[in-house]
Amino acid sequence: MLDIIARILNREAGGSREIAKERLRLVLVHDRSSSSPELLNALKEDLIKVIRDYLEIDEEALLVNFENESDSVALIANIPVKGFRRVVNE
Amino acid sequence: MNGKVIVITSGKGGVGKTTTTANLGTALAMMGNNVVLVDTDIGLRNLDVVMGLENRIVFDIVDVVNGHCKLRQALIKDKRFDGLCLLPAAQTKDKSAITPHQMKNMTNELRKEFDYILVDCPAGIEQGFKNAIAGADDAIVVATPEISSVRDADRIVGLLEVAGLSNARLIINRIRKTMVKHGDMMDIDDIIDILSIDLLGVVPEDESIIISTNRGEPAVLENGSRAGEAYRRIARRIMGEDIAVVTGEANNFLDRFKKIIKLAR
Repeated sequence: MLDIIARILNREAGGSREIAKERLRLVLVHDRSSSSPELLNALKEDLIKVIRDYLEIDEEALLVNFENESDSVALIANIPVKGFRRVVNE
Repeated sequence: MNGKVIVITSGKGGVGKTTTTANLGTALAMMGNNVVLVDTDIGLRNLDVVMGLENRIVFDIVDVVNGHCKLRQALIKDKRFDGLCLLPAAQTKDKSAITPHQMKNMTNELRKEFDYILVDCPAGIEQGFKNAIAGADDAIVVATPEISSVRDADRIVGLLEVAGLSNARLIINRIRKTMVKHGDMMDIDDIIDILSIDLLGVVPEDESIIISTNRGEPAVLENGSRAGEAYRRIARRIMGEDIAVVTGEANNFLDRFKKIIKLAR
């Protein structure tokens, strides 16, 4: 009886299939980012290029990394700003 | 002849690489091809027992690369099919007994004599894996619908790409339709979505695999085996035939009968 109730509850929650998919998705984001540091470096360089047009930043101290939360993965960038560029209105 | 070298790999152990190699090789030979199965799992050889050829080993792959015997002497001819041979792994050496360079030379030799060279890769991503993929034109990745297996398959797909094998195709092994239906097992589409590689085939969980392995007779030789049927279809796809990946649900008599009973309830 308990088994049946547990099954019904499980099905409502999407079954263990959905849990597996979600966990797999998260772990692969992490695996792929750590197994190809080149990708992260390329992203870092592109970020610097874009931001340089607007801000003066400390390129040496710039940090870009993936962080795992319980149910998501976030791209965290820590970019020390030294100053703003004067924006010329056209 | 200019044969094709196909490596069968997975990363994770126990997902069915050796069973897949034995069955695909036998199926390809049944269809008239010259096939050689190469076991590269040095130290942990098993393709010989799955094929039922363990009593006939004289020389092995390490003897060949070290020049202790001719390539032809180490090949074991399968008595069931003319065009089917096995090159066994060594059992008393370790993975470093051969190099990727030697492996490449050997597969190039085999190309001259066979249509298909199926290379059974050991588990892991170390030396044995590097040897196994060294001479390959194509790769088949085997995965079961479990997180650990799919995760390892993802890593393998990445490593194959780095090695220039970006055309890897996937076999999903041991899928259980009822568990998928109940939402308790990842489905074909889920896995394809995640790995984003082409699907070569799907093999159902089937007890006949255990029985055929016990006997040393690949399941493709048996007409009633569902897994055997799936492997025969995959073999035809490898040969370039354009047939559907997944068989229809109620294809055989028994399945249809079960369906009718279910409907009547």
